[in-house]
Amino acid sequence: MKQTIGNTGLVLQEPLLWEKGRKGRSGFSFPKQDVPSAVLSSEWTGPGPDFPDLSELEVVRHYTRLSTWNFSVDTGMYPLGSCTMKYNPKINEKEAGLSGFQNAHPLLPSRLNQGALQLVYELEQFLTAITGLDAVSVQPTAGAHGELAGMLLIYAYHKSIGSKRSKIIVPDTAHGTNPASAALCGYRPVPVKSNEQGILSVESIAQAMDEETAGIMVTNPNTLGLFEENLKQISEIVHAKGGLVYGDGANMNAIMGIVDIGKIGVDIMHLNLHKTFATPHGGGGPGSGPVCVRKQLEPFLPVPRVVKKNDQYMLSEDFPQSIGKLHAFYGNFGVMIKAYSYIRSMGAADLKKASQLAVLNANYVKERLKDVFHLPYDRPCMHECVFTDKVQQANKIATLDMAKRLMDYGFHPPTIYFPLVVSGAIMIEPTETECKEDLDHFIEALRAISKEAEENPDLLRQAPFSCKVKRLDETAAARQPCLAG
Amino acid sequence: MRYLPHTPEDLESMLKVVGVKSLEDLFDVIPRDSRRTGNMDLPAAMSEWELHDFMSGLADKTAASPAYKLFIGAGSYEHHIPATVAHLSSRSEFVTSYTPYQPEMSQGTLQAIYEYQTLVSRLLGMEVANASMYDGATALAEALLMALRITRKKRLAVSSLIHPLYRRVIRTYLGPTGAELIELPRSADGTTDFTRIKELPDLAAVALQSPNFFGCLENLSIAAELIHKQNGLLITCFTEPLAFGLFKNPGSQGADIACGEGQSLGIPRSFGGPGLGMFASLMKYVRSMPGRLVGLTKDQEGKRGFVLTLSTREQHIRREKATSNICTNNSLCALTSAMYMASLGGSGLRGLARLNYDKAQYLQSALKKAGFKITFTAPAFNEFVVQFPSGFKTVHDRLLEKKKIAAGLALAPFYPDLPDHYLLCVTETKSKEDLDALVREVQS
Repeated sequence: MKQTIGNTGLVLQEPLLWEKGRKGRSGFSFPKQDVPSAVLSSEWTGPGPDFPDLSELEVVRHYTRLSTWNFSVDTGMYPLGSCTMKYNPKINEKEAGLSGFQNAHPLLPSRLNQGALQLVYELEQFLTAITGLDAVSVQPTAGAHGELAGMLLIYAYHKSIGSKRSKIIVPDTAHGTNPASAALCGYRPVPVKSNEQGILSVESIAQAMDEETAGIMVTNPNTLGLFEENLKQISEIVHAKGGLVYGDGANMNAIMGIVDIGKIGVDIMHLNLHKTFATPHGGGGPGSGPVCVRKQLEPFLPVPRVVKKNDQYMLSEDFPQSIGKLHAFYGNFGVMIKAYSYIRSMGAADLKKASQLAVLNANYVKERLKDVFHLPYDRPCMHECVFTDKVQQANKIATLDMAKRLMDYGFHPPTIYFPLVVSGAIMIEPTETECKEDLDHFIEALRAISKEAEENPDLLRQAPFSCKVKRLDETAAARQPCLAG
Repeated sequence: MRYLPHTPEDLESMLKVVGVKSLEDLFDVIPRDSRRTGNMDLPAAMSEWELHDFMSGLADKTAASPAYKLFIGAGSYEHHIPATVAHLSSRSEFVTSYTPYQPEMSQGTLQAIYEYQTLVSRLLGMEVANASMYDGATALAEALLMALRITRKKRLAVSSLIHPLYRRVIRTYLGPTGAELIELPRSADGTTDFTRIKELPDLAAVALQSPNFFGCLENLSIAAELIHKQNGLLITCFTEPLAFGLFKNPGSQGADIACGEGQSLGIPRSFGGPGLGMFASLMKYVRSMPGRLVGLTKDQEGKRGFVLTLSTREQHIRREKATSNICTNNSLCALTSAMYMASLGGSGLRGLARLNYDKAQYLQSALKKAGFKITFTAPAFNEFVVQFPSGFKTVHDRLLEKKKIAAGLALAPFYPDLPDHYLLCVTETKSKEDLDALVREVQS
């Protein structure tokens, strides 16, 4: 292996929290006991939790060492398909940390929360401008939460016109949250296959759509990284039978400033602020999943909504057809601040540029790797491209082996084995913030791995070598679950 | 733009490799009639420095502690957050990583979340806790859905002293399920009246909050006995988990599922979110649980390591048959709360909970002495309800405007039968002088 950025340096060990410390230590600066100790009946008290007692430095070293075992966007390229692991600007973190935002209580009167409400109001406006839809609620706190909002909106819409529908069309390329969100609203997902070009055909939807069907959920660009070219006609078919079109906006990063979501017939769409709008993923969240709708569905959006009257922002509950509340308060405000800051830093031209460069980077990777990896759909892609392990299977090397080996070269693996419609999928989403040299390093690493697959396949089967741990026994973990220490 | 690295030379050579002439040509597959015609209507881009000035202005137009003395909790609590917690939880390795799907490169997050699950299990006295939900309200909604799945019954009893906004969220979630939601009334002492539990057959679960919305502790053991008799589950929820540093935890009182909001454990209020949905249950129900779980395992060389596990419950494997649609959760908030719990330790958590209790008791007796009525007699933690004289609203408004004091949260919008009643919260952030000043001001 040539020199790579893969880590072969010192990795410090660190025990579990409760394997450290001594009773009586503390990492907390106690405020003065300036009031008398009150009477307390032992009938109600408990022993308190069995937590270890650690000094401040013990806590600091513990988490600092743990952090070094993580790979992150700030350490290297993280081309997870459909996750949009773009750079998370540091200024956005600073804005979210402003005292006026961090220390704001959600239940004070609106007149005292004007700054926060203005931000929410304007962010919703920006998202209508970006999508081309008419109204937005930023209350949902994650993509799947936005999907649930969308399904509840479809449910409420049909209920309002006295129509009872039991099914929803979900293409086989959909993310698992789609059918799961539909099921939460009692809808039975009807799977539809994509055609030989990797997209939905008008005929298959015409066949599946009937008056029992509430609508369709479509991810566009889809999870193969392909634009659903027939969506406009598909929408017309769904609308003609009284259904609604739900767009999963997880892949919006490909089409900002380019596609008008309203024009392709989408009625409802969620966005992922933690993908497209550069807010960090935090090792699994918190995110934010705003739901955007066409005018006719606005009355059903979650409450409270932020409205503006006489230059004052206020929270309004006055939407009698609303699906209700989805979060105790107003959603993940802290995440909204970061997305708002990102949009204000970028402006319309650079958001569009971001999408163009995201698509350029994906196509560049696709073109430079398609001679060594099987590309099931050899067409222009959007922000991500999907390869398979078909070529390497000749040497009994699977996607998993190549993914693990990529770690030794200093890259996070792409999304693997998804979408399910492609066997052994390797789904690469470089994002626009990766520069050409880093893409070239990544491409060279994958080309080197494909060579290793031929020359030294055992090496790949045992990879990774330079991580803190070797491959982990996931079967044992599930068979005899140990979920707490 | 500093986030976009492509130089004109880069563009030229990359477009050549792709085989198109311009960036626009990359989108040739998109039909003309799907394209946007004009530009997106957004304000002009700002430099980092302009942005910070502007955002500071917005932040200044938001009332916040410490400039404001807020005696309001109601699901969003002000506690001191150690500098270490804020610092450690900002480390980019934690902040800018994805869900730990590749365990060899994510052992930091995985061990930290395994520790979080352990701390939460111990705090709540439960056998297993998941890696987090969105917030307390959605955690409760998922707990009710889980009870419907486990018991295959359709009827739920929910205390009217569960946070009113949580009750609205569960109604949204349960709407399409056809489940019947029955509210349990309150008793005069500020706790839930359990008598109806016996009269309601076929309950899937009883859901209670303790400390409840009025700050009072519920006698969970009695409710557990009643609901277990009819093979239903006891779901307990909370908005202030610090209480379990001092008071009996839900598990020791017979809870089958314990869930709630963990914001008070080291997470800023941030205008209500992101918070932390904590979710725990008995081990026998783990396969019905929503959300991610981290488990202990070994690597090929026998070294300790951690992985996401039992994922056959989850949407990416089970699709429409999953236990929930949740994917992204509030992982970084979970990690932050673990850092906070680790900083406090067992002794610290107990001491801090005691200090909260003492301060709330001090304010209660001072208000009582000043002639105000403490409405409910059941034991409370750091929140309690006070009845002020009628017309107190003008005093309340004036204190907020002129003195920057929020003298509690008016209960009337949530409980119309409690006019002039206010829910007050006292934490360690308020000094004796602050409390004395509040007592003085509400009499002015």
